[in-house]
Amino acid sequence: MMTDKPKPTVEAGPEQLRYASILEKGMYIGLSILFITFAIYALRILDPYIPHENVSNYWAMNVHDYLEHANIKPGWAWLAMLGYGDFMNFIGISILAGTTMICYLAIIPILLKSKDKIYAVLAALEVIILGLAASGILTVGH
Amino acid sequence: MLKKWKGALFAKLIMLLFLLGSSPVMAAAEEAVVSRSQGHPWWFWPLVLLVVTFVMGVFAVLGGVGGGVLFVPIISGFFPFHLDFVRGAGLLVALCGALAAGPGLLKMNLASLRLAIPVALIASSCAIIGAMIGLALPTNIVQISLGATIIGICLLMLSAKKSTLPDVPKADRVSSALRIYGVYRERSTGQVIDWKVHRTPLGLCLFIIIGVMAGMFGLGAGWANVPVLNLLMGAPLKISVATSKFLLSITDTSAAWIYMHQGCVIPMMVVPSLVGIMLGSFVGVRLLAVAKPTIIRWMVIIILAFAGGKALLKGLGIG
Repeated sequence: MMTDKPKPTVEAGPEQLRYASILEKGMYIGLSILFITFAIYALRILDPYIPHENVSNYWAMNVHDYLEHANIKPGWAWLAMLGYGDFMNFIGISILAGTTMICYLAIIPILLKSKDKIYAVLAALEVIILGLAASGILTVGH
Repeated sequence: MLKKWKGALFAKLIMLLFLLGSSPVMAAAEEAVVSRSQGHPWWFWPLVLLVVTFVMGVFAVLGGVGGGVLFVPIISGFFPFHLDFVRGAGLLVALCGALAAGPGLLKMNLASLRLAIPVALIASSCAIIGAMIGLALPTNIVQISLGATIIGICLLMLSAKKSTLPDVPKADRVSSALRIYGVYRERSTGQVIDWKVHRTPLGLCLFIIIGVMAGMFGLGAGWANVPVLNLLMGAPLKISVATSKFLLSITDTSAAWIYMHQGCVIPMMVVPSLVGIMLGSFVGVRLLAVAKPTIIRWMVIIILAFAGGKALLKGLGIG
């Protein structure tokens, strides 16, 4: 239990500002990369794994059938397919989905410095949870 | 006079957007579902998606709902895409909206990191479970549950009241221990408002359900976050709305990873949807000044109820 309760102020605290700053950068970088890679894909600058004309054959299937018919492996297998225009888009998507984890990692030192141990533990737990989701270990199927 | 003219212009614009974005496009969507996308060039569906999500973005802002909650039922109900990919795209749409709004809300101290961290830990863990359940269940079961949930959301939107500054006589022990309280300046009045929360254990328990539903249906969860934070826990409305929006960036992240690793992300669906919703939100914010929120909110509820009914029928094999 904490005994010294700092008085809140109208301004955001240092950990909140650090979080916001990293989140903002991650969002801009992720979205910029996503839009650039999509343009490369849509304009056929780089050949896609699934030709544009064939994509509509797959999106009505359930994901299991899609992976099977298109011969795509789930998880991080897309990393080996980054040479294709469609899979290149996953770089931006991963940055967008991964930014929150970096934000949490960045505020842990600030929380520890201010002796806010409970929140440092909660932030560390969140990193573990997000890391688990991002790891690709958790698999399911129809 | 000018105000009247602006109002009429706005009403016409909304009607045009509604007609452009809903009737013919939805009809085309349904028609093509039957013909299984044959005979269209490859860019047809991404373009239709862009137009519809643009309209959705406008309506989401004006109706005060998140993009994800409109995206999943409407796109899964009227487009030829499988629910697996719609949920994956829906989560990314909601995630990007939250990522775009989050930094500003945190910097303005409207979104509270102290309130979000414990809530997010529960919601994001449960969103993973929800995503796994949603992907393991047969599609028709998820579709029926989605339809029922959407109709429930409509009822919630019709019945839920909002409290600008809820009365919190005493902070509970959990929120005191976690120091979940704060101060913000109300810009319209310049007033500095102290806030604290109560009923934290019950609120945290409800985020178990919210997290599961967010992951299971790929909906985002602002529709549930705000009533719990505001009405149950007693956070001021502005703090609740801002924290809820920011919270989605964490909850949806965990579920988005699960959907992505399962293969539920098709860039040809995701990127046009993101661009459409973002551009629509941009226009929606500008229209907000002249909008009549009550009419728009009613329209959103009607569209949602229609999409929820469609999802329900589709799940039952009737629609």
